[in-house]
Amino acid sequence: MSKEWPLWEVFIRSQHGLAHKHVGSLHAPDAAMAVNNARDVYTRRNEGVSIWVVKAADIVASSPGDKDALFEPSNSKVYRHPTFFPMPEEVKNL
Amino acid sequence: MDAQKFDYLLRQGDNALILSQQLSQLCGKGPALEEDMALTNVALDLLGQTRMWLSYAGELEGQGRDEDQLAYLRDVRAFRNCLLVEQPNGDYAQVMVRQFLFDTWHYFLMRGLLSSSDRRIAEIAEKSLKEVTYHLRRSGDLVVRLGDGTELSHAKMQAAVDELWTWSGELFVYDETDQAMVAQGVAPAAEPLHAAFLQHVAEVFEEATLRMPAAGAYMQRGGKQGRHGERLGYLLAEMQFLQRAYPGVAW
Repeated sequence: MSKEWPLWEVFIRSQHGLAHKHVGSLHAPDAAMAVNNARDVYTRRNEGVSIWVVKAADIVASSPGDKDALFEPSNSKVYRHPTFFPMPEEVKNL
Repeated sequence: MDAQKFDYLLRQGDNALILSQQLSQLCGKGPALEEDMALTNVALDLLGQTRMWLSYAGELEGQGRDEDQLAYLRDVRAFRNCLLVEQPNGDYAQVMVRQFLFDTWHYFLMRGLLSSSDRRIAEIAEKSLKEVTYHLRRSGDLVVRLGDGTELSHAKMQAAVDELWTWSGELFVYDETDQAMVAQGVAPAAEPLHAAFLQHVAEVFEEATLRMPAAGAYMQRGGKQGRHGERLGYLLAEMQFLQRAYPGVAW
């Protein structure tokens, strides 16, 4: 086992009905301690109702070098963006 | 004034105050950022609890002393904390074992105090219990991981258990003050509290592969009656310096 504790990414849900949001990362020896540490590092001021922790090594990320291939094509095609629909005022949190 | 209840409140407040001060001394020195923050969080929780206990004690005494005067202007013999909380920070194993033994007792005591005949005490216990439940979960988790960790961490944890155990018995030796509180329905009886303590400690130690000290081991006592080790004097000197040097100074 490596001497350094593994890195964990922390996601907090701030209130019911909203999605978990990435808030930062921390080190911990295992998942249970990562939840404990997340509580101590990120939720001491009533920030959350739920905590997720994920081993940083388990996150599969896109590479910055792939930016053009992955994201560029859609920008020039305005019809792909739902910007032509008026939003009803009653709809919140969209 | 009910002198015994005053005494009982001081014991609760002083336990939290002294342990809080000890943990505060580790601020910035924790073995990892996460541990450092956790320790100081616990220290702050305990300081908040101190305030509730000592301000009630001051009101009950009725001589105009508030929680700050009780904390900063009493001499060492007037402190009523148990000897366990004044044991030195030492290495991290000692910090965690001291914390775990204290948290276990604290948790079951607060649960018992929920049904105290004194409503104010029951309210303080209810507020404290939320924090104490987390303290116990956290220190127990760490005892398991360090006890059942590497050979070195196991050896350090076992040494800390063997060294600190003798300071844990005092919590369950009830003197006249404690017995009067039990008789009035203010505090829970010693035996069920002790049984719950031993059972929880044994469960966690088993998971942590730590050897439980033998039953009937010699136990130190005296802190609750104001007979402390010399170390507490130094701790108070640092903690009380500002109020002693500049009486009445406010933030």
